[in-house]
Amino acid sequence: MKLEDKKQVLRKMVLARRFEERCYQAYIERKIGGFLHLYPGQEACAFGVMEAARPGHDYVITGYRDHVHAILCGADPKAVMAELYGKETGCSKGRGGSMHIFDAPNRFMGGYALVGGPFPLAAGMGKAIQLKGGDEIAICFLGDAANNQGAFHETMNMAALWKLPVLFVCENNLYGIGTAIDRSTSVTDQYKRMCAYNIEANQVDGQDIDVVYDAARKAVDHVRSGKGPYFLELMTYRYRGHSMSDSRGYRTREEEEHWKKRDPIFILRDRLIEAGQITMDEFTAMEKEIDNYIENEVVKFAEESPEPNVADLEKYVLAD
Amino acid sequence: MAEIMFWEAVLRAHDEEMARDPLVICMGEDIGVAGGTYKATKGLYEKYGEKRVMDTPISEGGFTGLAVGAGFLGVRPIVEIMSVNFAWLAMDQLFNSAAKVRYMSGGQLEAPIVVRSPGGCAHQLGAQHSARMEKVFMGIAGLRVVTPSNPRQAYGLLKSAIRSNDPVFINEHELMYNMKGEVPDEEYFLPLEGSEVARPGSDITLFGYNVSVHWCLQAAEILNKQHGINAEVVDLYSLAPLDRAGIKKSVAKTHRALIAEEAEAPVGVGSEVMAIINEECFFELDAAPVRVSAKNVPIPYNHTLEKAAVPSAKDIVQAVLKMFGKA
Repeated sequence: MKLEDKKQVLRKMVLARRFEERCYQAYIERKIGGFLHLYPGQEACAFGVMEAARPGHDYVITGYRDHVHAILCGADPKAVMAELYGKETGCSKGRGGSMHIFDAPNRFMGGYALVGGPFPLAAGMGKAIQLKGGDEIAICFLGDAANNQGAFHETMNMAALWKLPVLFVCENNLYGIGTAIDRSTSVTDQYKRMCAYNIEANQVDGQDIDVVYDAARKAVDHVRSGKGPYFLELMTYRYRGHSMSDSRGYRTREEEEHWKKRDPIFILRDRLIEAGQITMDEFTAMEKEIDNYIENEVVKFAEESPEPNVADLEKYVLAD
Repeated sequence: MAEIMFWEAVLRAHDEEMARDPLVICMGEDIGVAGGTYKATKGLYEKYGEKRVMDTPISEGGFTGLAVGAGFLGVRPIVEIMSVNFAWLAMDQLFNSAAKVRYMSGGQLEAPIVVRSPGGCAHQLGAQHSARMEKVFMGIAGLRVVTPSNPRQAYGLLKSAIRSNDPVFINEHELMYNMKGEVPDEEYFLPLEGSEVARPGSDITLFGYNVSVHWCLQAAEILNKQHGINAEVVDLYSLAPLDRAGIKKSVAKTHRALIAEEAEAPVGVGSEVMAIINEECFFELDAAPVRVSAKNVPIPYNHTLEKAAVPSAKDIVQAVLKMFGKA
């Protein structure tokens, strides 16, 4: 990644972080309903991979922790926030909510709430790409806990068998809801499970975007060149609970502090300060400017947007 | 108009649609090299190749989900699930992905897939190979369910299902693949919503679908010849949505109704049709409607017990005679 690109990435990462923190606030204020799963702590994963991929060209699919992935593909933060508010202007027209963000024009193919559900969907997109002969790839972002579903094993077998152009990104945040990985999973290093399917795999630090980017470049090249699927495991940590109803009683505050010292945004920020690309004052000003944008444009848009029309309740059930 | 077998009708629809559109593909267990358990894909592997005629691993959930994902990008997969009993394993992808994606994406994505699968009770296949699952599928918003009772419908419904942008589940029957029937020589599409009058009559309507249409037709013959009752038989080939107008029209004409189903009575086609009759034409009725359904048991292996669990034309005749005060 070039230095000037990194400055842009840092800005977008701060936007993603502040967006999520603002969602937290809106949820407390009961402006956002349902379940809400936030991304802070894991940003380097999605950002590093999507810097190496082609957002808007490659097809991306993920689970319910999906706001940031959608924005990275090109979704307008205003439309994502409006979706969380359940508004007609939301990117899924208020029918999806936090767990079901969609932006098909930007090839963000959705957030899905059944753990592991997107695995075969991603393989299917890979199959379609293969059939149509395009140079796109399908990228499937899911957490470590999804790998204990049957869908994971069925999909890996088929993806390898048919050499489907799918990059599986495993964001290993060490917990499946509230259960630590070593209490739920026999083989805790997820990349090792790929031996069973003869799929090339790698495991790297998911907090350092430069490390993620370098690993993702290799992974993306592998998939795009027609060599079949690739499995990239990124070691990371989510700062907040699984969802808003989670008080994190299953882990220690010391463990959380340990990970927060390796914050993905601070790692990149400090590297850019060291390289003379940005000063601390500029960073603070940037944060403030982003907060203003989120408040005055993103949240304002969501607040002021109209509700869906009840007369349209049955729209979108069937096509024909 | 040629007389062909049910499996040939299904095969012809596959072949025509695959020849027309390179994005129509099919997949399932043993459908390619082996030619399909019921021959419904015979010869397609040789003609269209392994990229479009996919022999899948035995992973119903996985390959059904794969079909849905391919559908997001405009591919039109026809999935064969070898037995409807195995479709339970694909329910997550059918229910949570295929049926809901259009709605929860606000109309941005769709899953134009067809899932065909034989169900019903054949000959002593036991509890885990005798399910009748149409009742499960027909309650899912966003999924269309059709169930052909003859080769013409099998051909015409599959053609329409492949062209549809909605996910369509086609409920076939283990015992019907070798049934012969006339199919138009020219291309033919049967709409995915509707019903057909299989036998016109005036005294009572016998509603059936799939295999039970044939029981109703046999019963109607017996009733006519032996008891002077002229029964109308209505073939409900579309289960989701059910043809409310067709149901109402026939009952308004005959004023009596019986629903015959191979499935167990609770929460099924019978209860749904009866609800529609109540809602649409209660005051047309001369007698309380009746259901003839399977016993609510897992299907037993023993031949005598199996026969006792599933209704027949004789049961329909008995129920009609009772309604007319003749039994």
